[in-house]
This record gives sequence, C-alpha cells and structure tokens, in this order.
Amino acid sequence: MENLSFEYSASGKKPKRFHVGVVGSGDLEILLEPSKDSMAHVTIQTSVGGFEGTWKAVLDRFFERYEEAANIEIHDSGATPGTVALRLQQAVEGSRA
Amino acid sequence: MTESVEYQLAPEVLSLSNRRSYIELNARARATQLLDPGTFHELLDPFDRVESPWLPLQGIVPQSDDGCVVAKGRIDGKPAVVIAMEGKFQGGSIGEVCGMKMAMAFALARQDNEKGIPTRAVLSLESGGVRLQEANIGELVIAEIYAELVALRRHIPVIVVIAGSTGCFGGMSLAAGLASYVVMTRQARLSMNGPEVIELEAGVEELDASNKPFIWGYCGGAQRFAAGAADVLVEDDAEEITNAVKALFRQGQPAQLRSDKYDQYIAFLSALDTSRQWTAEEICKAWKEGAK
Amino acid sequence: MSAIVTSRGRKWFEALSGSDGKHAPGPGSLLIADGVLGKEKVAYIALAPDPLSRFPRARAAEVGVEEGWYGTKALHQVIEADRNGVKRPIITVVDSKNQAYGRREEMVGIHLAGAAIIAAYAEARMAGHPVIALIVGRAVSGSFLALCGQANEMIAFDDPEVLIHAMYKDAAARITRRTVEELDKLSEKIVPMAYDIKSFNKLGGLFRLVDVAAPDAPSEATAAQVKAVLERIPNVKARLAGAAGVGEGSRSYVGQ
Repeated sequence: MENLSFEYSASGKKPKRFHVGVVGSGDLEILLEPSKDSMAHVTIQTSVGGFEGTWKAVLDRFFERYEEAANIEIHDSGATPGTVALRLQQAVEGSRA
Repeated sequence: MTESVEYQLAPEVLSLSNRRSYIELNARARATQLLDPGTFHELLDPFDRVESPWLPLQGIVPQSDDGCVVAKGRIDGKPAVVIAMEGKFQGGSIGEVCGMKMAMAFALARQDNEKGIPTRAVLSLESGGVRLQEANIGELVIAEIYAELVALRRHIPVIVVIAGSTGCFGGMSLAAGLASYVVMTRQARLSMNGPEVIELEAGVEELDASNKPFIWGYCGGAQRFAAGAADVLVEDDAEEITNAVKALFRQGQPAQLRSDKYDQYIAFLSALDTSRQWTAEEICKAWKEGAK
Repeated sequence: MSAIVTSRGRKWFEALSGSDGKHAPGPGSLLIADGVLGKEKVAYIALAPDPLSRFPRARAAEVGVEEGWYGTKALHQVIEADRNGVKRPIITVVDSKNQAYGRREEMVGIHLAGAAIIAAYAEARMAGHPVIALIVGRAVSGSFLALCGQANEMIAFDDPEVLIHAMYKDAAARITRRTVEELDKLSEKIVPMAYDIKSFNKLGGLFRLVDVAAPDAPSEATAAQVKAVLERIPNVKARLAGAAGVGEGSRSYVGQ
C-alpha cells in the first residue's frame, strides 16, 4: 500500500461534499469535501505502488479544469487512469448537483 | 403512400426493458432502493470515516464505510433500518467495524421495539463470511450479530435479501439461517462453506469447485427456494425485490421460524440414504415429501 | 472393538458430568447429560469424534447437520423443562474441529442446522439459563460460532493445545494467498489474527483463562478445580443459591 499526496492551487470556491465509488478490484472510492484553506489537497491510499507519476498526470489534467478548493481523498484498489478520471468526474458532477 | 404501421411490443418484452437490476446496485444504492423514496438517512456515513484499524496495518486499502451501509428510514411508511453489505469490498467479509455496524443496527431496532416503536430491519447480504485479515475479532462481532438478530426477531420479522453476485457464505449464511424470511434471486448463492473451501478440505471428488452449474444447482436461489431454505424467489429487479420485502412485512411473523423446525429437519435427514451423494432434485423431492 | 474415539472434549465431559453422555436418538458425536454443581442440576453438552456417523464428513467432532439439529432439540427440551422453575446452567465442553465440510451438508442446508443451535443457545440465555462455554481444546470457525458464541461466559484452558480461531492456519494462508510464515509475522502485530490463546484473551471475549495441570488427562483434582471455577461464575453462583433466573437473561448486548 502506498500513500501519496498532491496539492493544487484553487480559485477559493468551496464545493459541496460528495462520495462516489467502491474499493473493489480495479475501482476506487472518492470522498470530496471543502478544504480548510484556499488550496486543493489530494490524498491517495493505493494498493498498487510505484505509479506516482501516473497519478500526477491524471490529477494535473483534472485540475486544469477543476478550480474548487477541495479535499479529495482517494482509496484505490488498482484502477486504471481512465477509471480514476471517470470517478473524479462523477465526484465533481455529484458535488455540483 | 405507405401506411404507417404501429408496432406494439409484447408486455413481457416491455417489462424487461423497464427492469432495473438490483444486482448492479452498490450497497448504498441498494439501501436507498429498499427504503421508501426520500427517507434514506445513513448512520456512520463515509465522511465519518469509521474504517478498519486492522487493514492498513497489513497494507490493505480500507473503505470509508468498511463495506457496510447502515441507514434508517421507512419501509411502507413504517420505521425501518436497512443494512447493506458491499460485496465488492473484500468480498463483503465481516470485520470489526462493519460487523459492529450491523450488530448496532439490529440493536437499535430491538431497542425501538422494546419501547413500542415497530422498527423493522432488512439485511441485504453479500458476504464471504468472516474477514480473515481480522479473524477473531470478526468472529466475536459475528456472535454479537447473531445475539441481536435472535433478540430482534421476537418482536418483528427480520428479512434477509441475497441477490448476488457475491452470494452469502460462511458466518453470514448462519445469519441468513436465523432470519425470519429469506429473499433470493436465481443468481444468488447461499451456502455455509464455499465450493473452493470444500474442494480444498475434502477433495475434488467430493465437490468440483469449477463446475458452476453444479454449484448453483445445490445452493443457488432456485434450489434453495425449492428445498425450503428461501421464502421468496425473485428476478433481478429492484422494484420486485422492494415489493417482495414489503409484502413479507405485511404478512407478519412466519408461522414457524426455520430454526424452530428441528423435528421436521430431523425427520427429513433420517429419511435420507447417506451412503451415497444426492442430486439437487432428490433433495427437493425429499423435502417436499417431508413437508406433507 | 470400540467405536469410541477418545478426545480431550470427551474426557472432560465425562470427568465433569460423571456420564458418557450417550443420547439416543441422535448422532454418537453429541454428548448430553445432567450433572451437578454444588447441589444443583446443570446440563453438560459436548461433541466428540464418531467414526460411525451417518455423515462421512462429520466423523471427527465437527458440528454437522445432525449435531446441529439434535443439539437444537436437546436445548429446547431443557428450556421447556425449566420453564416454570430454576433455569439450570448449560455448560458446553468445547473441543470441536469446526463445522462439517461436505457436499451432503451443503445440499441439506448445514447453515440452517448451525443457525438453529445458535438460536437455541441464545434463547436459553434469554430465558435466564446461564450459558457457559468451557473451551478445553478447539473452537474454530463454525464450532466457535455454534458452541461458544452465544454463551454468557467463555472460559478456556491456558494451554498451547487450546485453539480459538476463525480458520485453521494452512487454510487461512491458502485463502488469503499468503504463506504460513507471513501469517505468523502478521499475527505478531495484529492480535486478532494470532493463534495462541493468550492473544485471544487480549480481545476481551474470555471470562477467564484457567491454568490446569495435565489438561489432556483430567483427574479428580483438576475436575474439582474446574467445577470450582464454574461454581464461582456470578450467574451460575446465583442459580446454585436458588435464584430462579426468570427474566435475567442479559449479557453484554451491543448498546445495552
């Protein structure tokens, strides 16, 4: 198991909290909440180590569009980058619903 | 000029296309489905982060609800608590936290009933049994679950729904055995020891775990229903399952709990020729003979 | 030529009850007898190996379908017999391999037989019978849940041969895809996974750990020692002093 964390600057808008996903094989769960400062913080617990670069690439891309000051907590069980991106999108949509 | 022709789909085809799968719903969605619309209120939700303290110690990623969703709400307008296991997280196995959530949910319903509030409980079970990564604490909490279930069912029926795809095995099969009513789909399986474990312990001649049709043949929903171990056989249809649960509550307490049918099961077992293995059909027949 | 296979459970059942526990009709594995503690009647129950069992996969002191259903009936008979009187203590001497693993068992619903005896123990407890599990040997998986889980109090011998666990080590290793050595290593820091009885005791479920000399060979002295331990359990003591026990069937329920 590997623990990773990333930080991104944010526009300061606080999102509504939302949860999505399941920690099943090839899947992940995301807990999205407003952060306490004006940054976005991502913490990841993943069952597959050694992919920090891939996580960063997926998150960099995500945060190109997403500007809210969110704490994003991820519990991952070997999801592909595509699944991660999908779940992030679902989390955002759910938070804005 | 051609005439326009109106095509009408046959009713059974229409209903198939309207059907929503219950099996495809995750635990939270199942709990929401079983409760009256708009009444779902989760206890210890993901943001409370009551997670397994044992899994991270062994490099296993925890889930924020430990694979168990407990929600209060209403069923058919009456107060209810629903427990739904997430089969995709660690095989729905029972660890300290998810087990305690389940036991506490039953305890809440029991305490309500003792005060005259007729809170009903439904358990949507997908579980391989005890979580071996938490072993003995899982066993202890499973014993608590049984204690609470037996205490609650005296007041009000406890309904277990087993839909698949994980099925219901191990210590949780005993919980199903304690329930007032069991609802199963054809895709679901209910069995104490999983086929792989039986093959491991007793050899492939005893049981070939790779023979899927055979496995469903002895412990799938259709067989369990035909042989008296399940009360209702349903399609994988969210509405149908929800309605089946409501109908059972309207029925009230069963005439006799399965666990009180010791004379019937003793007679059933005595009539069987144990010198050989049986087919599923033989067991159904023997059960129906005994039920006369 | 005797079909009686000895076991630690059988020896302690006989030493405590003074009876061989033969209980017909029912499987030869199910031992049931009335005994005496102080001057009061108690019920003793145990499972022992039965090479003549009708079920080939239930010949080594497992909780099989017959053990489950006949055990259930016996418990209901005790509850019924004491309905208007003193609720006698029910003491299960536990040395049972696990649940029976077999095709026949699954076909006829061993999960129902297990559930039935669990419910019977729970109902006896709720009716006010002190339900005691005395673990002298093995209580693993289904045999733990069926024979110990609903007890008011669990007492175990402090002995390396005593094993309370969710699953035997080799099977647990295979299912969790680890080696036995890896399991041992994990057990060092994860107490609930450990196999020794002292670690189980740390989880808080045992009422007492009892140090008995030569646990494999009960003597008059060690039987008296164990009886004294049983007599001192508070709810047992109350029964022996004449408190009927009606309506006293509480235990540490969650949230109570």
